[in-house]
Amino acid sequence: MAGMESTSAEMDLDRPNLEEYLPSDSIHGSGSPKNLHLRDLLDISPTLTEAAGAIVDDSFTRCFKSNSPEPWNWNIYLFPLWCTGVVVRYGILFPLRLLTLLFGWIIFWAGFIPAHILLKGQEKLRRKIERKLVEMMCSFFVASWTGVVKYHGPRPSMRPHQVFVANHTSMIDFIILEQMTAFAVIMQKHPGWVGFIQKTILESVGCIWFNRTESKDREVVARKLREHVQGVDNNPLLIFPEGTCVNNQYTVMFKKGAFELGCAVCPIAIKYNKIFVDAFWNSKKQSFTMHLLRLMTSWAVVCDVWYLEPQYLQPGETAIEFAERVRDMIATRAGLKKVPWDGYLKYFRPSPKLTEKKQQIFAEDVLRRLEK
Amino acid sequence: MGNSSSMLTQYDIEEVQEHCNHAFSQQEILSLYNRFCQLDKNSGGFVSADEFMSVPEFAVNPLAQRLLRMLDGLNFKEFVAFLSAFSPRTTRQQKIEFIFKVYDSDCNGKVTFDDILCILRDLSGSFMSEQQRQKVLTHVFQEAGYTPDSSLIFSDFMKIFGNSELKMEVEVPID
Repeated sequence: MAGMESTSAEMDLDRPNLEEYLPSDSIHGSGSPKNLHLRDLLDISPTLTEAAGAIVDDSFTRCFKSNSPEPWNWNIYLFPLWCTGVVVRYGILFPLRLLTLLFGWIIFWAGFIPAHILLKGQEKLRRKIERKLVEMMCSFFVASWTGVVKYHGPRPSMRPHQVFVANHTSMIDFIILEQMTAFAVIMQKHPGWVGFIQKTILESVGCIWFNRTESKDREVVARKLREHVQGVDNNPLLIFPEGTCVNNQYTVMFKKGAFELGCAVCPIAIKYNKIFVDAFWNSKKQSFTMHLLRLMTSWAVVCDVWYLEPQYLQPGETAIEFAERVRDMIATRAGLKKVPWDGYLKYFRPSPKLTEKKQQIFAEDVLRRLEK
Repeated sequence: MGNSSSMLTQYDIEEVQEHCNHAFSQQEILSLYNRFCQLDKNSGGFVSADEFMSVPEFAVNPLAQRLLRMLDGLNFKEFVAFLSAFSPRTTRQQKIEFIFKVYDSDCNGKVTFDDILCILRDLSGSFMSEQQRQKVLTHVFQEAGYTPDSSLIFSDFMKIFGNSELKMEVEVPID
């Protein structure tokens, strides 16, 4: 596992009172403080039980677990049926889809390259054509997985001073949303062919890069976000505040960056139907290419997209509270469970402040009881 | 390798069950195996300290480092034996034995004043001074009839814990 460094104070800023969620019974039980005896000090069972509980099951790991589908081909009648299915999926559907995708790419580049070069002078027209081409390419992608996407709610309108936030399951979230509306996006820089696409194509719809591992990155990104939102000509910005892909059954905490830009926040909820394929992209287990191949050899990608009502920062509400409120809306709409963990804990260790809080509670309790 | 429980044979399960003195049912052992495989990301056959620390709920525990020393390098059988102290089926004495083992870092069957001070340090961090910790411990030691240079053996622990309630159980989710 790469780079599990302990973090600086930055990690705390996004987190509201985690103690409300974590079990933090006072070491010596609740009720009026009693006298302190040796037995009370020696009895570390509450702390040990918490640790053992975390070892046996924890809500953070659950967010990234992809449940392997129940094998239904386990008897002699269903097995041949399943085999036929495999043949159809890999032998017929997959080549067809691959061809569709290639066809789409050809049309795309045939339009994109000339537009990019020849219309260098006419920015507005070039941008418009490139955006339409990107939308078209995304539709081709969705077709290549036989994507059945049901959009609910009013289509986003092109206005300045708004950002869109959505829950994040895989990079295909972006493609599914992009085929409807050309969003600008903020993404982690990826290597390989994905990085190439990020550099060339996505520049045309507007892209902001961030790098999780750079600590000073946050301020730079926050500034870029603000600049983008104020620009009249820019595409509406799509942000995934979870900061990482989650398995579409849970949501991790939203980073507050998108909620302190002083503009409208339009929530989008995305829910994939697991019966057809599990669209969760576990970036630690597979590359994006393998993920796409898996989607292209499944029957279909079925999902619902809900565009929810734009939200504004209420008077007296902090950015974190605002983020939690919007996360509540999205989680309720898409039927996801909320956990109080920061998605970045996939890559970093939790802040020592959380441990310190527990130590503080213990120390204060002991000292108080000693006075008696 | 994955979440499939078909990697464990009936014989394996029974062996594990024997080893933990039937603290867990066979279903629970299967669940624990899934969990073990989930934690053991590089499939090394044991869960490394790093892999345990990737569970945020464990990493924020003040005794995490202490427990890691006991958990390091355990294979699945030993992992289940470690967790058996937290089963509702283990006796109170076995639970106190586990607590004793946590204190007895050098495994010589004796828990000294310093051993307890060590744990107290982990639990209170920077919110108690070393002086305060010594004072508290000396006070309760004397009250219980021990001097600061006495070392406690297991029967002392049993006496100290007396008949008081000891809640030390975790539930193994069976899916």
